[in-house]
Amino acid sequence: MYHSDTICAIATSMNSSGIGIIRVSGEESIPIVDSIFRGKNKLIDCDSHTIQYGHIYDNNELIDEVLIMIMKAPRSYTTEDTIEIDCHGGILILKKILSILVKNGARIAEPGEFTKRAFLNGRIDLSEAESIMDLISSNSELAMKNSIKQLSGSLNKIIVDLRNKILYETAYIESALDDPEHYDLNGYPEELSKKVDEMLDSINDLISSFKSGHILKEGINTLILGKPNAGKSSLLNTLSRRERAIVTDIPGTTRDTLEEQITINGVALNIIDTAGIRETDDIVEKIGVDKALDSIDDADLILFVLDSSRPLDENDIFIINKIIHKKVIILLNKSDLVSQISEEEIYKKYDKPVIPFSSVSLDGLKTLESKITDMFFTGQVKSDDTLYITNSRQAGCLINAKNSLSNVLTSIENMMPEDFFSIDLMDAYNYLGEITGETIDDDLANKIFSEFCMGK
Amino acid sequence: MSYVEESYDVVVIGAGHAGCEAALASARMGLNTICFTISMDSVALMPCNPNIGGSSKGHLVRELDALGGEMGINIDHTFIQSKMLNSSKGPAVHSLRAQADKAAYSTRMKKIMQQTSNLTLRQAEVTELIIKDKKIKGVKTLSGATYHCKAVVICTGTYLKARCLYGDVIEHCGPNGLKAANHLTDSLITNNVEINRFKTGTPARIDGNSIDYSKMEIQLGDNPVIPFSFSTKREDVQIEQVPCYLTYTNEKTHEIIRANLDRSPMYSGVIEGTGPRYCPSIEDKVVRFADKNRHQLFVEPEGLNTNEMYIGGMSSSMPEDVQYAMYRTVPGLENCKFVRNAYAIEYDCINATQLKASLEFKDIDGLFAAGQFNGSSGYEEAAAQGLVAGINAALKLLNKEPMILDRSNSYIGVLIDDLVTKETKEPYRMMTSRSEYRLLLRQDNADLRLSKIGYEVGLLSKERFDHVVEKERLINDEVARVKEINIGARKEVQELLESYGSIPLSNGIKLVDLIRRPELDYDKLAPIDPERPELSDEVREEVNIYIKYEGYLSRQEKQVKQFKKLESKNIPQNINYEDVSSLRIEARQKLTKLRPANIGQASRISGVSPADISVLLVYLETFKG
Repeated sequence: MYHSDTICAIATSMNSSGIGIIRVSGEESIPIVDSIFRGKNKLIDCDSHTIQYGHIYDNNELIDEVLIMIMKAPRSYTTEDTIEIDCHGGILILKKILSILVKNGARIAEPGEFTKRAFLNGRIDLSEAESIMDLISSNSELAMKNSIKQLSGSLNKIIVDLRNKILYETAYIESALDDPEHYDLNGYPEELSKKVDEMLDSINDLISSFKSGHILKEGINTLILGKPNAGKSSLLNTLSRRERAIVTDIPGTTRDTLEEQITINGVALNIIDTAGIRETDDIVEKIGVDKALDSIDDADLILFVLDSSRPLDENDIFIINKIIHKKVIILLNKSDLVSQISEEEIYKKYDKPVIPFSSVSLDGLKTLESKITDMFFTGQVKSDDTLYITNSRQAGCLINAKNSLSNVLTSIENMMPEDFFSIDLMDAYNYLGEITGETIDDDLANKIFSEFCMGK
Repeated sequence: MSYVEESYDVVVIGAGHAGCEAALASARMGLNTICFTISMDSVALMPCNPNIGGSSKGHLVRELDALGGEMGINIDHTFIQSKMLNSSKGPAVHSLRAQADKAAYSTRMKKIMQQTSNLTLRQAEVTELIIKDKKIKGVKTLSGATYHCKAVVICTGTYLKARCLYGDVIEHCGPNGLKAANHLTDSLITNNVEINRFKTGTPARIDGNSIDYSKMEIQLGDNPVIPFSFSTKREDVQIEQVPCYLTYTNEKTHEIIRANLDRSPMYSGVIEGTGPRYCPSIEDKVVRFADKNRHQLFVEPEGLNTNEMYIGGMSSSMPEDVQYAMYRTVPGLENCKFVRNAYAIEYDCINATQLKASLEFKDIDGLFAAGQFNGSSGYEEAAAQGLVAGINAALKLLNKEPMILDRSNSYIGVLIDDLVTKETKEPYRMMTSRSEYRLLLRQDNADLRLSKIGYEVGLLSKERFDHVVEKERLINDEVARVKEINIGARKEVQELLESYGSIPLSNGIKLVDLIRRPELDYDKLAPIDPERPELSDEVREEVNIYIKYEGYLSRQEKQVKQFKKLESKNIPQNINYEDVSSLRIEARQKLTKLRPANIGQASRISGVSPADISVLLVYLETFKG
């Protein structure tokens, strides 16, 4: 994290489509961008502070038409070689380019890292040191919290298991090197090759699950909240235009959360439907209710559904008090029935946008959709960047781990001596450790001593 | 009563492997040095295994030799068998190990000590350190004599409050029944030095005449032998070697051990010290690796003029009768007679995080420490530290900057950094896996890595240094030449390739690409490279390694560059970590306690996170202003 390797990030805010800028900084930034850019000249041959026109490619696939600004050290913000890529393909293209940069050796910047580098290289006033230190420590706590939060139990277990396997093999090799008259490596490379193949399979599974979005959730986290049978699941179905949640008239049908990714006018939403919130003695239902309440913190936007055919009750009031500090759109659902709630009164009381809505007549759907895109483009809601950064960082670590394990296979094929295997094995081990936030310390020595009988 | 005996520049306490190197270095650098030993008959004593080197330890000896230490030369004069371990593996893990004639080793070292000018070897027990205003002023001995000095190097090995144990027998003595040093610990505690207690053990020595070698596998040395010291001529070490033997324990041995565990002081709780997990006693192995039905034992001669045989792999603190019973279950040892029984030994040592990387105490000016006293184990680890402490004591008195070896230039650097940065919970042993840049830190290039440093501190002769400079030039020239050479698909080329089972050429190819083929190397391709100059074994070896593993080597060189950036960011010693509120509390406490010298060292302290390091980097900027 504190190495002077090459970092990259989307420099513009991630909320609007159209033009966006990716910034790359570090010793290798020019060669890395050169490896994905095709223009009239190689960037390495261009002068500092010039702009180059060309295209970004992922191998032979054309990704975007771009302008590239070159700022050579020390004449840049960070005082390192810096490249800015002006793209105009929207958020998905920006992220795609970012991932290509990572594939070619750059690393996703930690929050505040450009500023930190600028500071360490003497570009920023000393009086700002205090705030930069606070930024680093709070960001790292947040990143760690996110990282752990996002690693579901099963994912975490896969990584821990993988690390254990890698450590065991490394310890085996090292024991044999340390005590060559005791442990023998005859025939071991073939055995290791099979084991590494298996490890690579599970890493590839992880990488593809990151890519398909099971883990890497993009877009605005949008939470649907309301008391039971207010019409939350119907809203989700209406928005995603698919029967996914079970819609019945019995209150409390959705006992867990459901998620759906949709795009409204080019804005990606990650919609989470929750269990209806009410006081309940049913244990299963209570779990759903607690989960719904827990989700409030992480939501970028909340769609609060009121059943307008009935007056406000204590469940409604309870919910609204929990979300009053968040970005909320209040939906007066069942507008096709006789209304018991006044739109104006609710607006006055809670100072949140209110939209009458019916999932039967689809009345209000257009208004809701344009309200959401409006809030996004005016910057009132934005997706949580730190989450995205954490995710990309984790995906980056997985790719690095995969490359290291592939190196092991190459070394085996090339009949390299066994001690070369452990170098790449330990690299893979450390990359995976970065995902789970574990430190290396003396794991290897401990493993050698505990698993293998050594010594005089 | 007390009286003033004499004044010296440097006092070295102990004449084991650390003490000898420390005293020789200091004296050879021109400082008036006295070295105290508990017995004149135990100088450079090898109280445990009869060999020098082995995996990663061989690296330490090579490095020590490149800096101007004595151990490599001493073993070259006194070895009786030698082997290059791991020679079928990569060059980074090749390691030399030689069986020593223990008595000859000790005698020669003592003679060298006594022949060295500026050096006095003296039998006496040092009982007290004289420290005023956190500055070392001298030492006192048991006889009441005071020795004034400007620097002290403590190398007490396993002698501080030592006790030897087997069964219910406790002897308050050092190894081999030598006197323990029972007073110095108190003086250290008085001066706020934090003391640990560690334990180690040694197997029985058996009368060679009572061993049936026909039931064991014979283990011979290498031919030709490669010397430890870069200054030793290869032709001088092609001696007649003696064999070692290999045998195994069996279920019967393990049964006896299991049946008598309650009589072991380890398991009854009499032993307080923490023992090394990498060098367990046989009873430990049987308990911890219960699924193993046999363990290897190495039977090694202790010298040419004794019939004692060392039984490697069978250290124990069992009662003597149990030891007899278990040793006699081993094939070839059925009728064995003990010369010395196995025992465990406990001793006082320190938590080495109290030291700087120069091996000087952070809080006591002029007091240095080396060897097993610092929580390490092994002759080679001790000698390496002794050399560094001796050099730095001398440099200090010469008003020069200390010599700091780091993780990127040597195993010695790794060893010392681990000791002074990580809180070692058991005797520390070197291993190649502890080095993150081991491809660069090979035993074959220790001279290329370190001779300049040895020469600059004034320990390595100009002659030896010039030789290394010339060697480096020859290597670079030859690598450059080889890189330019293209090989065509000529008949003689195809024939040579086929003779090594290598795929024949369809087109021309670069010579370096052929060298990189696993079945080929630089030497094998000599016949198709007619322009090749005549070069020594050592130079050809380096050229081959450099070309064959260039990709890996340059990868590690890149990592070293990163490493050095952090290592060069010094932390002012007057920093108050409590002022840096963005540091996490655990990090603040650890940093306050360990006072790392630079950011690199800080980053290796457990409990200090990468974010803490970033915070620290930013904070240090404000210091500059």
